Amino acid sequence: MDRSLFRFILRYSKWEQLRIAPLVLMTMVVYFFSLDLPKTIINQAIQGKSFPTPESTAPIFRMVVSLPQFLGGQSFLLFEGFPLERLPYLFALSMIFVGLIVLNGGLKFQINTMKGWMGERMLRRLRYILLDLVLRFPLARFRRIKSAELATMIKDEVEPLGGFIGEAFIAPLFLGGQALTAVVFILYQHVFLGMIAVVMVTVQAILIPKMRRRLLVLAAARQLQARHLAGRIGECVDGAVEIHAHDTSNYERAEMASRLGLLFRTRFEYYQRKFLTKFVNNLLAQVTPFLFYTVGGYLVITGRLDIGALVAVIAAYKDLPDPVKELIDWDQERLDVSIKYAQVIEQFTVEDVIQPEVQQLTPACELPRQGSIVASNLTLNDDSGAPVLNGVSFEVPLDQHVAVLGDHASGRAELAQLLTRLVAPASGALEVGGVDMVRAPEAVTGRATGYVGAVSYLFPTSVRENLVYALKHYPVREPEYEDRARAERERQVRESTRAGNTVLDINADWIDYQSADATDAPEMEKRIHDVLATVELEETMFELGLRSTIDLEQRRDLADGLVRARQAMLQHFSEPGVQGLVERFDPARYIGNATLAENLLFGTPVGATFEIGNLAGNAYVRRVLAETGLAADLLTMGHKVAASMVELFSGLPPGHEMFERFSFIREDDLPHFKELLVRVSDAGLDRLDEAERDQLLALSFKLIATRHRLGLIDEALEARILVARRYFAEHLPQELRGAVEFFDPATCNRSLSLQDNILFGKVMTTQAGASASIGRLLRQVLDQQNMRGLVVGVGLDFQVGVGGARLAVADRQKIAIGRALLKRPAVLVLDQAEAPMDPTSQKRVIQRILEHSKGRCVVWVLQRLELGELFDRVLVLQRGRVAEQGSFADLKGNNGVLHDLLSKN
Amino acid sequence: MSLDQEVELIRRIPIFKKIDLAMLKLLCFSSERLTFEAGQVLCNEGDIGDAAYVVIAGSVAVSVATPTGSLVVQTLGTSEIVGEIAIFVDIPRTATVTAVSRVEALRIAKDQFMGVIRENPDAALELIRILASRLAATTARLTKALAEKRA
Repeated sequence: MDRSLFRFILRYSKWEQLRIAPLVLMTMVVYFFSLDLPKTIINQAIQGKSFPTPESTAPIFRMVVSLPQFLGGQSFLLFEGFPLERLPYLFALSMIFVGLIVLNGGLKFQINTMKGWMGERMLRRLRYILLDLVLRFPLARFRRIKSAELATMIKDEVEPLGGFIGEAFIAPLFLGGQALTAVVFILYQHVFLGMIAVVMVTVQAILIPKMRRRLLVLAAARQLQARHLAGRIGECVDGAVEIHAHDTSNYERAEMASRLGLLFRTRFEYYQRKFLTKFVNNLLAQVTPFLFYTVGGYLVITGRLDIGALVAVIAAYKDLPDPVKELIDWDQERLDVSIKYAQVIEQFTVEDVIQPEVQQLTPACELPRQGSIVASNLTLNDDSGAPVLNGVSFEVPLDQHVAVLGDHASGRAELAQLLTRLVAPASGALEVGGVDMVRAPEAVTGRATGYVGAVSYLFPTSVRENLVYALKHYPVREPEYEDRARAERERQVRESTRAGNTVLDINADWIDYQSADATDAPEMEKRIHDVLATVELEETMFELGLRSTIDLEQRRDLADGLVRARQAMLQHFSEPGVQGLVERFDPARYIGNATLAENLLFGTPVGATFEIGNLAGNAYVRRVLAETGLAADLLTMGHKVAASMVELFSGLPPGHEMFERFSFIREDDLPHFKELLVRVSDAGLDRLDEAERDQLLALSFKLIATRHRLGLIDEALEARILVARRYFAEHLPQELRGAVEFFDPATCNRSLSLQDNILFGKVMTTQAGASASIGRLLRQVLDQQNMRGLVVGVGLDFQVGVGGARLAVADRQKIAIGRALLKRPAVLVLDQAEAPMDPTSQKRVIQRILEHSKGRCVVWVLQRLELGELFDRVLVLQRGRVAEQGSFADLKGNNGVLHDLLSKN
Repeated sequence: MSLDQEVELIRRIPIFKKIDLAMLKLLCFSSERLTFEAGQVLCNEGDIGDAAYVVIAGSVAVSVATPTGSLVVQTLGTSEIVGEIAIFVDIPRTATVTAVSRVEALRIAKDQFMGVIRENPDAALELIRILASRLAATTARLTKALAEKRA
């Protein structure tokens, strides 16, 4: 990384900067002529100096080069020009003036576009370099760094750099050139007036940067404070549980407030100074015209300067303060971004950053499969330099399963990280199957070994994506692009190259099936299911799958299977013990376990139109109710529900949890309904306005006959709702067809979960044990239909949430273990990976994993020592040294270290 | 059977007698109605209980495990409550309750019951009275049993 921003800019954008420079110089020429032209227009054409008589003509485009006095003052005529009369002459000059302005604008547009591209490319490059460094930080570095601060630096702090890089050389060239042109022009017109301008500009250029020194300090402070604030916010998010558990939210508030206060003071002073500087700057800029008007006016009146020249000088001067000011601004920004750059670079300068070669992209590589792990004299020190592992030596054949036992100070966790080269030893050698692991690239260490710690991270994608994550070492199969997509991809590659980014294609298939011993996607799916069974996650995924709602349009195979399973289930519904446990979606029957709304719709709403909360206000629903004569009844029913709710919940104190769980009416709305009921009892339901009638109607839609037992839905009403149900379906206007998906026994419903699609009805929640019986039956049917795997597959698409938060901790851990198993490493290292599981499943899962890894090496740092009996061999660590090794049974019997450890527990 | 009828029914049960009528109705509303087929178990001895059941229709048998097999100690019918100890204290079920015939029951969860009692001091006092008199009765029976054993 270049320490200086300018060196960085030059190194990567020298040629692009050079390409823009000629354009900038061209604008100067155009600018000079556009300054000179008004003088000619006023003096020659308007005031008529070149036209002494009405018939005289003046030449246009006449080119004369005059040498200054000190070179002899001669003139050379280059071009005669075209003679024109006075009015055409004026129009011609004016057209040229417009032409120059357009040309100038066009050039500026081109320059700005090129600058913008260059700046954005450089910003992309800088961000990529920083991200690349993050990927190369040694793991120890992450203990001292806050992720939120890193994110702020890469995302926000370098952002202004992009804008500046475009300006870095072009702006001084452009603005300086412009100012210089204006000054030269003024001097050319009148030396004395020119001197005034030069003096004022010099004052401006010296005074303003002085005033801004303090601003830079403040800007740097502001940047650091904002970064720390981002870090603190990250801490509050990560520590949310601790904050609530220890009632420290007010402490955090105070801490935040003090930070915000500090930031406020810095920013306040910054703005105060900024505006003061602005004020002085403006004042200086305005004083000069004042001098021009008085001094220049005096010169014109006394006849020592012509009026056209004065107008031109004033016009030129009008353009002078802006470039000067912008130049000063540029200088300010230069210092500002240089500081920003330095502050960011400082954070990313790490002594022991991993060399790029270590992470070099390596497609297939030779991996150790046979032989042994040979550790000789491994030594590792902690941050303070104290030895954590001290001369550790052992040999483990690559087909053995070894348990590492020891207490927390034994160095067992460090040994696990060392074996997978997550940390490098201070000294000693580590070989796996003859490969030097200390110097091997990550392509070897990351494929030959697998590591699972006690707490693992899941990426916020699906379970399946998390499992195959360990197989994404390189783009295995490049994607195939068609015409336009290929052109787009080629453009992306060109841009990536120009910004120094990698050209690896994220859309390629990165999953290395071969590592998982699969040849294609279906086989891969089988491997995944094997692994799920090994870590006892299969049932969890199955349940997730059953509860999932997926777009069945995309999965015809699954949809057909679900319909078959639905038919198979139906066969069982008449069996004793199952009979009456499910209320089928039967078009001819009222479903007591569903809401009145569901009964009316007899389908699932698609989109918001027929959502239960919107039904009462829906014009078509109201038409159906009116046509079928239900409107008045349902309104009366809604009124009764409201009355019941008011009666039931009025006695509760505010905020009582029962509101949330049982009331149809939100606590806040209760007074409104009370008042509404009083009005109804005074004047009747007819006097309510439409919105209030909708509110009552909406309550009736929420009723579930079997659960709410308010005695409002009798058989006669049920029959009438069935009539309305048919009416609703038959008269549904074309444009609303897409807003509801009716229950159809022959097809799957996209808005229902897999389970609901198979049941195609509601479980009778009023029947004790119904859910459990139906659950058992469902499994039986899916097994018979060979659909269990498909459902598990759907479960694998479950999104795990941030850090896997939507899954239980033990399940997260199982996924992490599965991820390591899937790539079949020669050496699988687990550091108390079983810890989050409950004690009974720990033993089972370890046994299954060892069975799954037969013939490959497993090194397991165990939380519970007695589980060491499951392994071929145990290594006992004590204070960073191998105290003893051998079979668990032998060592347990000896009066050695393991014996002591076991008796201590 | 509608909510009002349920309220009428459970009002006859001593521990609910002093609860304000509106509250009792809320308690019924927030409770679940369940149907048990003959032979289905309402609760198992030794399980952790979190609800009491009021029999609305049908009858249930209360049994305890003895070394010689299970022994029915009581049969309960309409408007009687079973498993109510669970809603006062976290102890495992002291007996197994089985439906003798098809049973309709109201499942009153501990949380809801506590929520209602908390708003009714009179009901709480009544509850104490009932539990105290049960304790007195049990003590008397125990004393008698001990005396008989000694004699």
